[in-house]
Amino acid sequence: LRLICTTTAVERKNVGASGPEKYTEAFIKKQIEEFNLGKRHLANMMGEDPETFTQEDVDRAIAYLFPSGLFDKQARPMMKHPTEIFPEQRKIQWGEDGRPFHFLFYTGKQSYYSLMHETYEKLLNVQKHQDQLIAPDLPLQKEKRNLAGSRWLTKIELEEMLLEKLSDDDYSRFIQLLQKLVALPCADIEEEYIRKFSKEVPVQLQKVAIDPLQYDERGVAFSTGEGKRKTAKATAVVYDNGSGKITVNGIDILHYFPVLQDREQLLFPFQFLGRIGKHDMVCTVSGGGRSVQAGAIRLASAKALRSFVTEKEVEFMRQAGLLTVDPRVKERKKPGQEGPRRKFTWKKR
Amino acid sequence: VFHSCFSLQAKHTEHHEGRLYHIPLEEVKAVFPHGLPYRFQQQIRTFNEARVMVRKPALELLAYLKGSNFAHPAVRYVIYGERGTGKTMTLCHVVHYCSRQGWLVLHIPDAHLWVKNCKELLQSSYNKDRLDQPLQASVWLKNFKTSNEHLLQEIKTQKKYMWGKRDATEVGRPLGEVVEQGLARVRSASDAVGVVLREIKQQSHRGSFRLLVAVDGVNALWGRTTLRREDKSPVSPEELTLVHNLRKMVMNDWSGGAIVTTLSQTGSLFKPSSAYTPQELLGKEGFDALDPFVPIPVSNYSPREFESCYGYYLERKWLQHEKAHTEDGKAELQFLSGSNPRQLDRLAGPL
Repeated sequence: LRLICTTTAVERKNVGASGPEKYTEAFIKKQIEEFNLGKRHLANMMGEDPETFTQEDVDRAIAYLFPSGLFDKQARPMMKHPTEIFPEQRKIQWGEDGRPFHFLFYTGKQSYYSLMHETYEKLLNVQKHQDQLIAPDLPLQKEKRNLAGSRWLTKIELEEMLLEKLSDDDYSRFIQLLQKLVALPCADIEEEYIRKFSKEVPVQLQKVAIDPLQYDERGVAFSTGEGKRKTAKATAVVYDNGSGKITVNGIDILHYFPVLQDREQLLFPFQFLGRIGKHDMVCTVSGGGRSVQAGAIRLASAKALRSFVTEKEVEFMRQAGLLTVDPRVKERKKPGQEGPRRKFTWKKR
Repeated sequence: VFHSCFSLQAKHTEHHEGRLYHIPLEEVKAVFPHGLPYRFQQQIRTFNEARVMVRKPALELLAYLKGSNFAHPAVRYVIYGERGTGKTMTLCHVVHYCSRQGWLVLHIPDAHLWVKNCKELLQSSYNKDRLDQPLQASVWLKNFKTSNEHLLQEIKTQKKYMWGKRDATEVGRPLGEVVEQGLARVRSASDAVGVVLREIKQQSHRGSFRLLVAVDGVNALWGRTTLRREDKSPVSPEELTLVHNLRKMVMNDWSGGAIVTTLSQTGSLFKPSSAYTPQELLGKEGFDALDPFVPIPVSNYSPREFESCYGYYLERKWLQHEKAHTEDGKAELQFLSGSNPRQLDRLAGPL
């Protein structure tokens, strides 16, 4: 199965751990000097002050001097500090006499084992502290760490940190050790150390501002919403105290959507909230085809209904997928194939 | 309770709006050998009974009919409305009422059947320009006989008619014989139809019987046809005997009865599907011919009628889905069908 949306973290190959360095230190130093010189030249060219020329200014200048229409940002011309361009490499691990620097070099995975040793040391430390405390007092009640808001480093990120390859087994053992450490009551002492290996997860509930209800001249509450899907755009105005009548582009839904499937799509937000006969709706829609317009109106009406409904129900709607824009669009046709996926008929001879 | 039933619709008033009354099955076979919509016939077979809802347009029509003066020329009523709102059912309601009252009912189930999909066209022996349609005419004569047996014996011919070189019908023979003749001799069936129509028209003003002309899909009489002659030239409706005679019937130059017609877009030829008003469907010709008429609009179910229909389906256990029994299910059905009778019927089918 191919993942459709992959994060860049998954895709990036870990060049750092692949082998001994391809770029010597002297080479990198020379690159850094050249970069700084180039930055000053660029500042001169642009008429800015070389001393206060930041990386943002560099990016802007390059985009101005070498405009490119390529979609992939990584493919465009860029001028960045060599440490960002040349990935970190492991230096030679042994000296001139052939003796390795690190005491765990002959294990093969020196940084991994040294990390495990360190973490275990911290664990023993915490246990000793706990034993000291348990005699005089009760141990402090540790506040629950916000487990929902943070996650451990992924295997790739850990590999980047250690600059050597790990196996899945190793990674899981390390994570288990960390979890054991965190589970102890007095782990607050080593909080700083643990923070190195955890990352904040941004809260899913993107706080989108919900518009308050507006009132029109008759005193009836209404709210608007917009939605789109593929190439159709729709706006919906949902009125309160209605009887369930819906008008699309001035035409009743029975006439505009003769197919049952489209009408079911329109029904879905109201049915989910249990408000089928309570609201009237007037919508305008343009573009796309028949089912695409139905999907766009569905999104627009769901967005409009948010103002009538409690926050919890808004969360339910979001989890039901009523509030997300459908990202599917028509896939591009590739050369050498008849369509986006279909290949030409294969003839044996 | 809305869907309580009762027969004998002679006493229908506005209080009964939304209720369903049932017609005994023998009467159905006698009065409606043709003319009920196909889905309704299926429903009769499934539920083993025929239930018709009493609705406002039908009540209006019945009120007009009761109060009409039969000395005046026949009044024309045109039932029109969107697709699937119940025009044919209203017509059938009226037909049933009139046949109960003892009227002579001339019920043409669908005039569109006469202007399209005809396999055999014969040149008429009576008039060289016109074309006959023996199959359709004979089918209609058979159904006409079943629906109006008793009255056909009483009406007598007033002229002598020649069928070909040898057969003839004398003066004073009952109309039933003309019908038999038409059924026996299929070639002259259309002429038999013409004779029947003419006789009935001439005798209706005498007052011995009341005549109801019920035509479904009257806009077929003035549109175009899909029929062609052997030399591929198109046929216009006037050149068909059946249509020609029917047009004469629909003219209001006779008295002693009423003409009730329905416009229908579903069978109509060369008309857009969103057309439903008399002007659009009849065209200029038809409108002028039918003018003046009393228009009777038929719309979707009112909330009360919807509830009564829903209650009927529940009672007959037609809705099997568990959710269909809840209030939410009812609201959903109402939303999805838009209170349109046909949509509701189709929706409730698979449930």
